Amino acid sequence: MIQVIDYKAGNLTSVLKALNYLGAETHVTQSPDDVRNASKIVLPGVGHFQATQLLHDLELTEATREAIASGVPFLGICVGLQWLYRGSTEAQSTDGLCHFGSMCERFPATYNNNELKSPHVGWNSLENIREDSRLLRGVPNGGFVYYTHSWRAPVSADTAASTNYGGDFTAAVERDNVMGVQFHPEKSSTVGLQILKNFVEL
Amino acid sequence: MLTKRIIACLDVRDGRVVKGIQFVDIIDAGDPAELAHRHAAAGADEIVLLDITATHEGRGTLLDTVKRTAAELFVPFTVGGGIRSAEDAAAVFDAGADKVSINSSAIARPELIGEIGSSFGAQAVIVAIDARRAENSSDPVGDAEVYVAGGRKPTGRKVVDWAREAEQRGAGEILLTSMNTDGMRSGFDCELTARVSEAVQIPVIASGGAGSAAHFAEVFGRGKADAALAASIFHFGVTDSRDLKAELQRAGIPVRLPC
Repeated sequence: MIQVIDYKAGNLTSVLKALNYLGAETHVTQSPDDVRNASKIVLPGVGHFQATQLLHDLELTEATREAIASGVPFLGICVGLQWLYRGSTEAQSTDGLCHFGSMCERFPATYNNNELKSPHVGWNSLENIREDSRLLRGVPNGGFVYYTHSWRAPVSADTAASTNYGGDFTAAVERDNVMGVQFHPEKSSTVGLQILKNFVEL
Repeated sequence: MLTKRIIACLDVRDGRVVKGIQFVDIIDAGDPAELAHRHAAAGADEIVLLDITATHEGRGTLLDTVKRTAAELFVPFTVGGGIRSAEDAAAVFDAGADKVSINSSAIARPELIGEIGSSFGAQAVIVAIDARRAENSSDPVGDAEVYVAGGRKPTGRKVVDWAREAEQRGAGEILLTSMNTDGMRSGFDCELTARVSEAVQIPVIASGGAGSAAHFAEVFGRGKADAALAASIFHFGVTDSRDLKAELQRAGIPVRLPC
């Protein structure tokens, strides 16, 4: 059973629809016990990083940490990826999980002396896909995925793929059983479904 | 590289896709769910479903049509028409929409933009603007006026001012339809689109007037649009997104080609 954490950040319908389409059994939860006993965890989310404060308030942070430590596959989507980091400048007072070290920051207003529109909305390509990535298995460099966000995580050794918009940022992060994607795989057509299928089949 | 989006629009009335010319002369173009899937398979980057009769006939959005269309559709899906409250929006999201498009109801009560955004995120709120160039003005583009109720009612508001306000109130995108070019297949209103795109930071979707690949290239270039929307150009097999994108790529416009 995939436990899909509901922390009232946007709409879960599309994520559930895609996972169910791929044959996965899903359960929407706010319970730390569900998270501890999950076979897999998905943390979706769109909107403001502040919303992740509810994860701390509901004691889901510690439950997630325990599940991850015992090897349960975890996938964060959009703000769900950002939560894996130390935090985001969008909501300085709310800590992330701190599984990855960096802070998420806003896109710069200009890049190479050109105005950079923000949010970054639309289809952009995955580049520098790590060959050992289990999440991105079968996804070609240059494959397109759908984004809508204004904050992003920097590229690091754990980056599994990058995307270029105002410089390279982390499109997907992966270290062992802990994974995240900044884009919306549930809205990214065949490439997105391939990625979700990889996760479901882990 | 971020690509320019091609959005297929389904204008729906009584559960059927229809197409008008300059907002009137309606003809039947097919089943919404079937057309949505055909467009997505042919490479459309997003699907928009507009319930074109919802506002002036006071009907709610056709949730069943939305549900049926959203099933197994894995590209962004926007629904508009008859959404007057955050509750209306919630019902549409529950039925499977990713974004809502609000038009008359946002003019009537601009707070609605923030109300939907605070629950579902700014990315889920598109403010649609039906625009007509000003007559008897030295700056018909700058003075273009917002119309509501399916293009029937002038509001006295300037398009650029309203787009800025919508952004400040938390809109995630602007869907700009030029009533002067809509349904004519003679090209988008590039001047008006560029004016709005320069005035806001959020993406602007150009609509009204698509007739050829060259028109798309023009509105992505000179019109500074982030996305472009069309309906009739796709429905009757004039072109599909695959052909359109291949032509755009040849013209140097970055587009998503299926891999």
